[in-house]
Amino acid sequence: MSGNHPGLSNNFSRSGEKFSWSKDNLRSIKNIISKYPKGREQSAVMPLLYLAQEQNNNWISIECIETIAETLNMPKIRVTEVASFYSMYNTRPVGENLIQICRTSPCWLRGSNKITKTICKETRCEINDTSDDNKFTVVEVECLGACSNGPMIQINNDFFEDLDEESTKKIIDNIKEGKPNVIGSQKGRRSSENA
Amino acid sequence: MLLALKKVGEVQKMLNEKDKVFQNLHGFQEPFIEGALKRGSWSNTKEILSKDQNDIIELVKSSQLRGRGGAGFSTGLKWSFMPKNTGKQHYLVVNADESEPGTCKDREIIRNDPHTLVEGCLIASYAIQATKCYIYIRGEYHHEYVQLEKAIEEAYERGFIGKNACGSGFDFDLYVHRGAGAYICGEETALLESLEGKKGQPRLKPPFPAGVGLYGMPTTINNVESIAVVPTILRRGPDWFKSIGAENNTGTKIFCISGNVNKPCTIEEEMGIPLKELVEKHCDGVEGGWDNLKAIVPGGSSTPMLPKNICESVLMNFDDLKANGSGLGTAGVIVVNKNNDITEVIERFAHFYKHESCGQCTPCREGTGWMHRMMQRLVRGEISPEQIELLENVTKQVEGHTICALGDAAAWPIQGLIKNFKSELISKYNKKLKAS
Repeated sequence: MSGNHPGLSNNFSRSGEKFSWSKDNLRSIKNIISKYPKGREQSAVMPLLYLAQEQNNNWISIECIETIAETLNMPKIRVTEVASFYSMYNTRPVGENLIQICRTSPCWLRGSNKITKTICKETRCEINDTSDDNKFTVVEVECLGACSNGPMIQINNDFFEDLDEESTKKIIDNIKEGKPNVIGSQKGRRSSENA
Repeated sequence: MLLALKKVGEVQKMLNEKDKVFQNLHGFQEPFIEGALKRGSWSNTKEILSKDQNDIIELVKSSQLRGRGGAGFSTGLKWSFMPKNTGKQHYLVVNADESEPGTCKDREIIRNDPHTLVEGCLIASYAIQATKCYIYIRGEYHHEYVQLEKAIEEAYERGFIGKNACGSGFDFDLYVHRGAGAYICGEETALLESLEGKKGQPRLKPPFPAGVGLYGMPTTINNVESIAVVPTILRRGPDWFKSIGAENNTGTKIFCISGNVNKPCTIEEEMGIPLKELVEKHCDGVEGGWDNLKAIVPGGSSTPMLPKNICESVLMNFDDLKANGSGLGTAGVIVVNKNNDITEVIERFAHFYKHESCGQCTPCREGTGWMHRMMQRLVRGEISPEQIELLENVTKQVEGHTICALGDAAAWPIQGLIKNFKSELISKYNKKLKAS
């Protein structure tokens, strides 16, 4: 996959600002570490990367990695390794809405190519690009695990399923206009029942 | 065609509603504790936990429950591999890293009926003497993670889990750990590595996790569905479970049907339902009709595809699919009709495996990329009959030569394509040759 995918680049960069945990996150960290046995604090590296990413506008800077390494008493390279191995840690800044389009066969068979085209057109982004107003970053990803509801996309934490070109455009329009979107099926299905 | 379908329908009755383990698979009822109690979860857990641990393992063994994560290994037998009374911390790890293309069953259990899983974790952990359990859920399932955390919180509040779980005297803690977008972490030892805070790269076996698993301690890893059906099996008895399906292929199973069907869906059915019935009855048929069917991938992307003539009669269970050159895998059924290019379906799978190879073993790291490039050329009709043979040969050099099964999983779909559609691939090449 392209090295420009924000979650799959090994080129980490500095934000230029110090990263220190928010008060809320310091409390969460204590709680997270307590889930794992004593001496096994390294297990908390993935949840801490999530916390850091959330606090740092949805990306992991070198400063985040340094802070996590310090918090968990781990070598920086070990944190870096984990951050680069997993695709959900964005190693460069992304737009406010990270749109991930599933491209794997089950979604493709139901027209994911058209969804990709619509999204690129409506957000004025190419794949792996961020829009000029920083509202959108668009990426194509591998199977997101909602195959009976394909084609589907994920925007930040939310799944949007049973898409067609029209409903996809509507979702993007709503984001642009600051209107709420219905999460899940866009065809009125409760989940993945036959309907 | 219609007549033939009726006949199949006569032999096989649709699964009775009351025999469904997951009464809220589609989320029309309340997913949390109030709904779960109404559905019978937690009703006599204390009584179940008063049984001897070995007895529970024996009951699960005798139900012939086979793991729902893909390999189809006996769940009870797997539990019996755990050492007894070691004085060490034992762990149960539940694999909720559902990432096999075509598969979306665990998602429905977790978001719509999470207490079946939470209760299953408690009972399974008790059986293998594990006082701690981790559920490893794929990172993209954020909503499902929130649902699961809520269900666990409810179970703690009611005293169902935690200290003296359900008043049984057994102390039990349950935690959720989120993955972060790596298919390979669905491989059990990669999952353990990931849980330990490392890159998800599979471990060499032996030692097996039952001996040396999470943090070096005895560990059992089970799929979500395998664990979530356990409470119902123990409540209704192994004989009830065995009364559904066939010998060694017992019980109910969640099937996820995607691709070119009129109504894709996820459905719990009897293990061994004919594939054709699954597609015709539950999904309102193939887009463009049954005769427009090209092939079906029966068990998630790794399983070799089945051509139409086999789809006519094959049963959706472990043994029948195996006998027909494929496998049940995760029961993610991907239907492909004639409007789509079958080579591109497989090319996209090849892209998937290339993307998800962890890079540890050379045959897989290099092979998945090479196979994908060949598949791209195959889509364009650019590889000759000799090169098709070379491709097949290389898939066999990847298969079986890696630490984990990802290499195999990348090889099988391509082998399935060549096996079933070789003449088409060759005529594609000849056509291209003529055109140029």
